[in-house]
Amino acid sequence: MAQTKLMLELERQGVSRRDFMGFCASMAAVLGLPKAAAATIAAAVETEERPVLVWLEFQDCAGNTESFLRASHPTVADLVLDTISLNYHETLMAAAGSQAEDALEETVRKYKGKYIALVEGSIPGDPDSGFCTIGGRAALDIAREVCGSAMATVAVGTCATFGGIPAARPNPTRALSVADAVPGLKNLIHMSACPANAENITALLVYYLTMKQWPPLDRYRRPLFAYGKSIHDGCERRAHFDAGQYVEAWGDEAHRHGHCLYKMGCKGPATSQNCPNVGWNEHTNWPIGCGHPCIGCAEPNFWDTMTPFYQRLPNVAGFNTDKWLDTVGIGATAVVAAGVIAHGVGEVMRHRRGQAPEERAGADKSGGEPAGAKK
Amino acid sequence: MTHVVVDPVTRIEGHLRIEAEVDGGAVKEAWSSCTMFRGIELILEGRDPRDAWAFAQRICGVCTTVHAIASIRAVEHAIGANPPPNARILRNLIIAAQNVQDHVVHFYHLQALDWVDIVSALSADPAKTSSLAQSISDWPLSSTKYYTEVRDRVKAFVERGQLGIFANAYWGHSAYRLPPEANLMAVAHYLEALDWQRRFIKIHAILGGKNPHLQSFLVGGMATPVDPDAQASLNMGTIAALRKLVAEGVDFVTRVYIPDVLAIASFYKDWFAIGAGVTNFMSYGDFPMDDNAEPQLLMPAGIIHSEDLSHIEPVDQAKIDEYITHSWYDYSVGDDKGLNPYKGETQPHYTGPKPPYQRLKVDEKYSWLKSPRYDGAPMQVGPLARMLVAYGTGRPTRAKELIDKALKQLNAPPAALFSTLGRIAARAIEAQVQVESMGMWVDALAENMERRDYRIQDTAKWDPSTWPQECFGAGFHEAPRGSLGHWVHIRDGKIAKYQCVVPSTWNAGPRDAKGQPGPYEAALVGTPVAKPEQPLEILRTVHSFDPCMACGVHVVDATHRELARVRVS
Repeated sequence: MAQTKLMLELERQGVSRRDFMGFCASMAAVLGLPKAAAATIAAAVETEERPVLVWLEFQDCAGNTESFLRASHPTVADLVLDTISLNYHETLMAAAGSQAEDALEETVRKYKGKYIALVEGSIPGDPDSGFCTIGGRAALDIAREVCGSAMATVAVGTCATFGGIPAARPNPTRALSVADAVPGLKNLIHMSACPANAENITALLVYYLTMKQWPPLDRYRRPLFAYGKSIHDGCERRAHFDAGQYVEAWGDEAHRHGHCLYKMGCKGPATSQNCPNVGWNEHTNWPIGCGHPCIGCAEPNFWDTMTPFYQRLPNVAGFNTDKWLDTVGIGATAVVAAGVIAHGVGEVMRHRRGQAPEERAGADKSGGEPAGAKK
Repeated sequence: MTHVVVDPVTRIEGHLRIEAEVDGGAVKEAWSSCTMFRGIELILEGRDPRDAWAFAQRICGVCTTVHAIASIRAVEHAIGANPPPNARILRNLIIAAQNVQDHVVHFYHLQALDWVDIVSALSADPAKTSSLAQSISDWPLSSTKYYTEVRDRVKAFVERGQLGIFANAYWGHSAYRLPPEANLMAVAHYLEALDWQRRFIKIHAILGGKNPHLQSFLVGGMATPVDPDAQASLNMGTIAALRKLVAEGVDFVTRVYIPDVLAIASFYKDWFAIGAGVTNFMSYGDFPMDDNAEPQLLMPAGIIHSEDLSHIEPVDQAKIDEYITHSWYDYSVGDDKGLNPYKGETQPHYTGPKPPYQRLKVDEKYSWLKSPRYDGAPMQVGPLARMLVAYGTGRPTRAKELIDKALKQLNAPPAALFSTLGRIAARAIEAQVQVESMGMWVDALAENMERRDYRIQDTAKWDPSTWPQECFGAGFHEAPRGSLGHWVHIRDGKIAKYQCVVPSTWNAGPRDAKGQPGPYEAALVGTPVAKPEQPLEILRTVHSFDPCMACGVHVVDATHRELARVRVS
């Protein structure tokens, strides 16, 4: 019955069953699932029960919201949005003021323990500071109440995940990640990056709808399907790195021919995300694809640990580093270096980078199930 | 007298609170408050100036790119870097794409629901909707069958009972005046625009790797290599892709956005007399058309005083002062003084009510925004300001043509532009002017490729050892929401001080030392409010400015030095 309804709607939008299965197959691909999983995804998406979501914005720039609006497969994505019920989202919702706050209150009450809270932006640690209030309430109080009553919380973007730019040195507002602001949350998922890639946000929701459980996570609570491999290992320019072919100046011949951006400061070896595989804006491009180094935006404290952005990482295995290592400023990138040495061995790299004390803040204090936690 | 609080103001970027006194069915007095602060300028201190654009860009993800542009211009000004022609052209394309996409999204997804009643659309006759649509545009998606599908889709959505983002709104409010058919047409275009914006913004992915938060900016140029004979560069394949996307942009703006704005406006003409507010306007100008030190700009700079379009003054940034009398900051010189940004200082100091609170102390300090003033007067910035400067100066001629055409079609005098509806119409007209200009820059890029001009960045100024030991710079940009300026002070290759004065500070700022309200506050006075518990009309006027609060909040740092040279051109 539910399937019929869904297919009727699809047909109304001019989407054939075949198109729909194609969408499910591409979702399976993003999730790294076998092709056969497409049928399971289709069955899950077609259920009539629409999970309720609320999207909270605190110290944010709405970049993750905008990213979410760029989700690809437009027609079917609209439908996927229709299969969830987004009950609160300041940037998109029609209601304002007290009517908007009523919608949030009602959702928290009516769907207590059943809804998914998505959070964008960091949270000022002092609720009396006035650094972020909505409807006269402190962000911290809202986060505690809404995330505390949710079935799961998804921190979308690096600010909600790790504190992000507001928490960068000297952190003028004592901005916190969701994990630090609301300790002990169950089922907390981190979707870092600045912003989080629309494909990955969509894939996470489809994962949950399909599997009825949350995906396995890395030590920073990020889904392995999107953060399981380094940029460097998936990079289309990797062959040039291995061959020692590097861009030396902006616009030089090597740059025009797509050689490795490592010497221009690329943080791909120290960054885990699936940009090279899924790309951005419907697979149109990605930062390295357009000639600019990766800035490491999915990693903890990247505004402090990955800067200066144009300074090369001190030591990346696979490259003869002796002749230039002495020219590198060790200070700012030393933290990164510890992890980079282990490049190519994903799990080891994540583990070792995780030992850097600055980077552990937030990640390890978060409560809940570490990986593959069931709802 | 009823005290109305709208918090959160939704369908904007960031956190905005409006408090208003309503009496006799209209706003008597209003207060605009930004309720979020991050302090990104403080975070920039001590960093590599070449990194600043990436930090600054994160001020806003809706108007992504704009703070990156202002930042690289400021640093380039300070260190004396000269971006080559390819970089200028690529930036112009990126700026125009941002403005056009942002304006369309603002109209359909952030503003339209103040004027369009979705529930009313359910009772529309698809055949009549088709006739209406075909009478205003030759856009092909206009058949009875198409509108039947849209109506049925919305109906199915409503019938399932989970209204999501459309729940709890003011549907059925007496201020909604469109016939069901116009509502249905607008709902169809809301959905089409959602698809269109995703496609059009691929221009940013092509030229910037991703959107939001493009990643191809460089101090001194751009990181996207240009070479018609290399597959990892912008090449003729890029040119073809850009031409197609630009053509789609021109098509959507000309055949959907503009006709919709004019059609909806024709039902709400009384809003041409509501919401004027501050009638001084400012534009820094933008889109350099050549590579000279003082380039010709496609959109000219200018200051307009009291609606007088016959006398447009050049911008002199020395006349800019910022006040904090009603802002949560302290000044060492006293809270009643204004300070020019060069000499600005900031100590964040929250003295508002302890959360949770019901009312702000509006007689004291009540916002994280400062109050910028030009020659002591509040200024309105944004698309309307730019279109008025264009109209007054006659440049570009296309802007004047399109404004006259729209006014004629609506049978309205130029003075009608000073209004809530005027801001909405000006935004649409500007989108058309800019999207039509994009083809010119795509062609210019192709010509540079033919000449084998591979230069994308001023490599001579990349190494900080080539910079002066101490230097100052300012970068100006006309962002979707108006005039944006960044100021940077560099010492020993690091940022000593950084500051931004941004569009939503000009428009959304609180009262100044003299008690003069900012443009939002002034525009709201006189706005009708039929039902204070459902302040739909307040949203109309506030949304007409396209609020962007994350941008509005900034820290002005103490530079205590005159800038060596500041180009406001």
